[in-house]
This record gives sequence, C-alpha cells and structure tokens, in this order.
Amino acid sequence: MTAMLPAGFDDLEPYADRWSLATEGERYAERLSSSMDDMEAFYAAAMARTDDAKAYLDGFPLDELPDDALALLHLLYSLICVSFAVECWKQPNVPDSGAAYLDLVKEPVP
Amino acid sequence: MVLQFEKPAAGSWTEAFAGLGTEPLSYEDSISPEFYELEREAIFRRTWLNVGRVEQLPKRGSYFTKELAVCDTSVIVVRGSDDEIRAFHNICRHRGNKLVWQDDPNAEVQGTCRNFTCKYHAWQYGLDGELTFVQQEQEFFGLDKADYPLVQVACDVWEGFVFVNLDPNAGRDGAEGLHDFMGEMGEGLEGYPFGELTQVFDYRAEVGSNWKLFIDAFQEFYHAPVLHVKQNPPGVAAPLMQMGFEGMHYALHGPHRMVSTTGGTSERMPQEYVKPIDIAFRSGLFGPWDKPEGGAGPLTRGMNPAGHKTWGLDSFQFFPNFVILTWEGGWYLTYHYWPLAVDRHLFEGRLYFRPPKNASDRLAQELAAVTFKEYALQDGNTLEATQKMLKSRVVTEFPLCDQEVLCRHLHKVVHDEVAKFGGGA
Repeated sequence: MTAMLPAGFDDLEPYADRWSLATEGERYAERLSSSMDDMEAFYAAAMARTDDAKAYLDGFPLDELPDDALALLHLLYSLICVSFAVECWKQPNVPDSGAAYLDLVKEPVP
Repeated sequence: MVLQFEKPAAGSWTEAFAGLGTEPLSYEDSISPEFYELEREAIFRRTWLNVGRVEQLPKRGSYFTKELAVCDTSVIVVRGSDDEIRAFHNICRHRGNKLVWQDDPNAEVQGTCRNFTCKYHAWQYGLDGELTFVQQEQEFFGLDKADYPLVQVACDVWEGFVFVNLDPNAGRDGAEGLHDFMGEMGEGLEGYPFGELTQVFDYRAEVGSNWKLFIDAFQEFYHAPVLHVKQNPPGVAAPLMQMGFEGMHYALHGPHRMVSTTGGTSERMPQEYVKPIDIAFRSGLFGPWDKPEGGAGPLTRGMNPAGHKTWGLDSFQFFPNFVILTWEGGWYLTYHYWPLAVDRHLFEGRLYFRPPKNASDRLAQELAAVTFKEYALQDGNTLEATQKMLKSRVVTEFPLCDQEVLCRHLHKVVHDEVAKFGGGA
C-alpha cells in the first residue's frame, strides 16, 4: 500500500486511511461511529507526534502543502475532533446533546 | 462568597438599570404563538437586521441571497456597477417567482452576475433592480418597464456588516438610520479590524426553541461553570463551580446590551489544569494562545469597559438577533438567531480569525472552532429541553439572578417593542 503520510510519520500511517479526512463533517461523523478503544489508540499515537508534525508542516507555505503533508494536517484535525471524546466526554458524542447538531457549512481550506 | 468584581452603587446591576425590576420573569413570550406573530410584525419587519458582511460581495455584480422566514421573504443583496450595495425582495415582478435560487428554492445562494434573469419567463433585471428585458414585450398591454423594478429594501453598511430593514419607511427622511440604530454601543466598536479577520468558520443549526431562549443562554455565563463542567480537567472543575460566575461589567444601550467578562487563554494556568489537546495546539475556548503577528491590535473604545487587566471577552448583543463577541486574543465571533416558528429557530455562529501564516496557526484556529462546537451542542440541546417544559405552563414565573440581567433586558425590550406596535402579551 502506498503511504499517505510524509516519510518519518510511519507510526501514524495505520490511522491515515480512516482519519485523514478533508472536511469537519466527515471527521465528526467518523468520531460518532467509532469505538472509544479505536479513538483512544489513535489519540495516543497522534498526541505523541504533534510537535514533530507541526514542525514538519510549518516548513511549507500553508496554501502549497504537498498531498502527503495535507493528509497529515487532516489527520491532526481529526485528532482535535476526537480529543473531546477522549479527554472530556469518555464517549463519542457530547453528553446531553441528543439530536442537537451544528453543521460547519463553510470552513477554511486547507 | 467574596465578590470578585465591584457592583454598581445601587447594589446590583439589575437595580442599577431603571425599569428592569427584580421580580420573577414570565416566559409566556417564548411559548405563545400569538406573541410570536406580534414579534414578527413589531420587531423583525421594522428593525435593522444584519444579513452578511461586505467580504461576501467582493466585486461589482457579487450577490448573495438571505432567507428571512420570519418575514416570509427572501432578499437579494448585491454590489452594483456603481459599487453601491443594495437589497431587493427576491421576487420577479411578472408572476411572483423567486428570482435568484439554485436547485433548492429554500437554499441561500451566492455568486457574481451582470443581471438577474428569472427562470420562469426570462424577465431580466439590472444590478440596480431596473427591469431591463421582457420576453415578447409586444404581447403585453401598455407595459412600461420603468414601472416594474425589483422591490427595493432599505440596506446600509456598518463596519462592513450589511443590514437590511424591511420597513418600507426605513431609510427615508425621519426614519432611524442604521448608524443611529447601532447607537453608542455600535460606536464603541467602530475601528475594530473586522475586515482583516477573513478566515471564517461558519456553523449553522436548527434549534427546537424560541429564538430568545438561545440568546438568553449565550448572554449569561452563570451556566458556564455548571453546564460545561466536563470540559474542564477534574482538578479545576470543582473550584470553578464553587466560585460560580460574575460578569466584570454590564451595560445597556437602548435596545442593545453588553457584558464584559474575565478569562483569557489557559496559557498561564498551571498546566495540569489544562487539557492536553490545548497544550499540544496552544489554543482552546478562548482562542489561539499566540497572538497574530503584530499583536491582537488595540481595543476600541467600547471594549473592556471596566478596564480590567484580566479581561477576556466582550459580548455585544445588538437588538434583535445579532451578537458580536470580541476576544482578548484578537479574533471575533458572531451569533445570529433567525426565528422559524415560536418554538424553532435557525442559529448561525461564525468565528473570524486573521488568515493563518502557517499550519500551527491554522491548527490553533481549528481547535478553537471545534471547542466552540462542543460547547454549543451542549447549549443547544438544553434549550430544546427548556422549551418543552416551558410549554407545559406548570410553572409560569422564573426568578432571575443579577448575572442574568441581560436576559431580563432582552425580554423587556421585546415587550416594549410589541407594545409600541399596539400588541400586548
């Protein structure tokens, strides 16, 4: 299988296919349909690499990220998304949020 | 409990403002279908409403539509060939078709064009609203195109925010113009670099509550240490709840109101009290920890009115449904609450940042936006639960505390406007 992420981020590669998602809507949907075990594993692996990842990505102009760097950035967006499930809620959805939703209808790219 | 911030000489904020009273509040105005109909007429059809920003109209011919279900209309807002921004009811003069839309007649659209052409019979209007082309014009009976322009809506711009007013008398001599309407509170924000903060996260949700209930939820922070307790690490949650909340400063300006509050990013807190994700990306509820290059910028006259050094944010509530929050970190947030029915509204929340200079900046903004969403989802569902039980009318009087003074003011202004119009609750 071809690597999605830049060289040096092989340890995050197992999570890339599932969590390297371009839009907030996709990331949030993936969180809601994931188990806590899966998210905790992804969270632990990605949190260990945030400084390396930021340093790597900051080496490019933001609007000229190569595909693999963009995939890494999207993976970090997913880390932010799942962090609330792992750090705060201990469950995928916001407690007491029931059927409430909030759609991001316009978001910055990348 | 020791007061953190001084209250006015009257002893409380509520008593310092004449006419608010301290008695329990009725929420009949949030469950009565009859009162909702009065609000539509007395307030939404005759008040300046913010429908967008000038950045949405970057060049001549740029337009966007805004659905105003509360007024049973849709408006087109367009930058003309003379650079003037105008607004029109989105209706063709021929047979009443909606003029500008794509695919879904209820969805809002934006784009750029030279003229507006009706999908039905190809009648065409210029960017200034003049009827310029009638298909098979010779088939009509003495039709003079000059008699059938688009129906113009009063439109004006304040600090880059585009407003409309559906009152046919708005914008005429003697009527209150937008600048006067924004008043002293608006003037206090003039000069804020709104136009430079162009990185936008635009959130929307339909919420199953009266529009005023969500305004109330976001104009008091009394709930914050309680409802959002789990977003704090365990070590800090209990002390926060015990401490409760106190606004640093409250002010009323005509129909508008504001609260200034403490806060700031958790950068200076003991790090064991800060969420690991906030540390990793140097951001959180109060926004990115690192100020944009050149700093957060000077405050405008109306910001941090108490001049407090632990100032975190100001929440400016413009009547009826438009809110601007300015944050210490140099970014701002807007809320709009568009009524759809007595027990339903469309909520819009937008975060505006300076364009990020690298991925780290962008990630800090992402964390601030995602944190906002997590909080808002908690708030949103609480409102549906409130609406449902208010409707039972089992309880009809509700005591409001001094930290909920702005809720009291909103309901009073709404009642005053409805009464002025000739209705009553």
